[in-house]
Amino acid sequence: MASSTPAPLLSVEDLTMRFGGLMAVNQLSFTARRGDITAVIGPNGAGKTTVFNCITGFYRPSEGRLALSHAGGDFALEDMPGHRIARRAKVARTFQNVRLFAGMTVLENLLVAQHNALMPNVRSGLLAVFGLGHYRGRERAAVDTARFWLNATDLLARADDPAGALPYGAQRRLEIARAMCTSPVLLCLDEPAAGLNPRESDELSILLRKIRADGCSILLIEHDMGVVMRISDHIVVLDHGKKISDGTPDQVRNDPRVIAAYLGEGDEDEIPVEAAQ
Amino acid sequence: MSAVPGAARAAPISAARPTPARSPVAVALRDAFLSALVALGLFGAMIGLKTDAGDSALYLTPRPRLVAIAVAIVFVGRLAMVGWRIWRPAGTPSPRRLAATLAHTGRYVAPVLLVAAVTLPLYAGRYWLDLGVLVLTYVMLGWGLNIVVGLAGLLDLGYVAFYAVGAYSYALLAQNFGLGFWSALPLAGLFAACWGIMLGFPVLRLRGDYLAIVTLAFGEIIRVVILNWTSLTGGPNGMSGIPRPTLFGLTFTAGGGQGSFADFFGIEPSLTQRAIYLYYVILGLALLTNWVTLRLRRLPLGRAWEALREDEVACRSLGINVTITKLTAFAMGAMFGGFAGAFFATRDAFISPESFTFIESATVLAIVVLGGLGSQLGVALAALVMIGGGEMFRDFAEYRMLIFGAALVVMMVMRPRGLVSGRTPSVSLGTAHEIPPELIAEGHG
Repeated sequence: MASSTPAPLLSVEDLTMRFGGLMAVNQLSFTARRGDITAVIGPNGAGKTTVFNCITGFYRPSEGRLALSHAGGDFALEDMPGHRIARRAKVARTFQNVRLFAGMTVLENLLVAQHNALMPNVRSGLLAVFGLGHYRGRERAAVDTARFWLNATDLLARADDPAGALPYGAQRRLEIARAMCTSPVLLCLDEPAAGLNPRESDELSILLRKIRADGCSILLIEHDMGVVMRISDHIVVLDHGKKISDGTPDQVRNDPRVIAAYLGEGDEDEIPVEAAQ
Repeated sequence: MSAVPGAARAAPISAARPTPARSPVAVALRDAFLSALVALGLFGAMIGLKTDAGDSALYLTPRPRLVAIAVAIVFVGRLAMVGWRIWRPAGTPSPRRLAATLAHTGRYVAPVLLVAAVTLPLYAGRYWLDLGVLVLTYVMLGWGLNIVVGLAGLLDLGYVAFYAVGAYSYALLAQNFGLGFWSALPLAGLFAACWGIMLGFPVLRLRGDYLAIVTLAFGEIIRVVILNWTSLTGGPNGMSGIPRPTLFGLTFTAGGGQGSFADFFGIEPSLTQRAIYLYYVILGLALLTNWVTLRLRRLPLGRAWEALREDEVACRSLGINVTITKLTAFAMGAMFGGFAGAFFATRDAFISPESFTFIESATVLAIVVLGGLGSQLGVALAALVMIGGGEMFRDFAEYRMLIFGAALVVMMVMRPRGLVSGRTPSVSLGTAHEIPPELIAEGHG
């Protein structure tokens, strides 16, 4: 994990999240470099989604700093409300259990994602009611962006279908397309391969590589080790809210602490019986 | 792997129910018999026993024949219903096909209704005009509330508060500052919108039932304040002498006279002219509400409202300011409520707190729910049926509410998501299809 590039895109420093007496994330530090796919892995309950919720503003961290820096500026994510993180800091996310606007069409889902681009300020919003202020042009551009991502996620044929009527795999892809429509700098994916069949997982890997190639960095939580090892540039391993390993896929794969966390062997804190689960 | 538990669960259920052995006739008879039994239990006391006041005491008169008739009706009705379900002839339209046909013809219903509404004063008498004004007031209220409940999915049980704010705003502005209807109208809407935002702030974090309770309380607070602030609002005596609307300065009075509409055009003065004018004013206001709503639905703000109804968390993750979005929905709905209130004040020339009770909120909400959340046409139809229909049944006196209640129950059984329950997409690449109601979220605050 030699940091050869200048400043990292996201640097997490001493992130701690407590829920009452429960320490969900404990003194976690890691960095995500620009143009990388950074995976956060770990056993169930390790605190991965909590980290995501802190980064995307759904939780306010108990302690620690979350610094994001890109061409648009430097942002202290721990102090920003969720919608501003998405809007200004350009961090987009998907959810572990798909959260689409089920009663709206696929295209409408993608246009809602471009809300801020379509209505940059109150004045333009008011003018748009009367069809003034270049609204038509902005809408055409938004539909084109939507069309681009529908094409990329192979959903163009279903643009006018309600999102709730799509099969599960397509809903997962739509959620990624919707997040990409906010033109993010960092895309946070919470278990995007969950519930996908092997072929769909392969397609997902291709899609994520394509997104990275287009200049968007990715932060990924995933249990499907096939996907993680294939596409990640950098892996952070969590267990019980602490970082236990950090490095390239090869380094992590051979790290005895990671093997111990997953298989429950050789860990001083745990009795071996727990490995049977 | 995941299919195994499901299969295991399904097996004992089918084993426990030996339905194939029983004939459909027996099933239908048994069902009808049980229904009749329930009816007997219910009606036995309710209809079967009547109290008569005698010389010095109450006498109980049993009415077994009436009970028998009621129970027989239930038995036969249930038998017919179950029978229909079992022996429905092939090719009969199922409720879903029926809904599709309804949606198809729905395209022509709206223009026909609009033409009928615009031309109503040409062929209708005074009674129908007044009824039309009443119905249109509720159509407008329904459309206003539809923004909050139907689009943004925020259950508001205190909508009448904004109606009251609008009405009292106009009355007070007219009384204290001598403003006319048209100059006070925007201000009334603005004040109501401000109150909408004031209500919006404390309830931002509330959802579902809690939101409903707080909005209900808000509606009552406004009414109680109006009732008790006697020095300003006249309290229970209300406010009278509210000026009538004018047409570019021309008044509508029974006597005609200088500066009146009749005088200007040299025609016989009559109160019907005022009724027609009021009718067109409310028609215009209602259509304005409709136009703004339809327009906003196709704009980012309207889409954000609907997205909020579908999933608030996802909205936040997409950079939508949920607070602002909710407040605009409250403000926009309240503004149209305020317009309707100002119109109400000028229509009756008299307002009192009695006109702004909870039953008004409930009626408007019922119109929105019956019409179908988010559907403009549905809300208009529901207002027509509920308010217009309610007037029609006035002759039935005490049976009116009974018929009304029964109609509501039947309606909700047949079409649980309202008259027009589908959703038309706001934008499409090819051809837009109606979105079935099962997929549409009802919103939970």
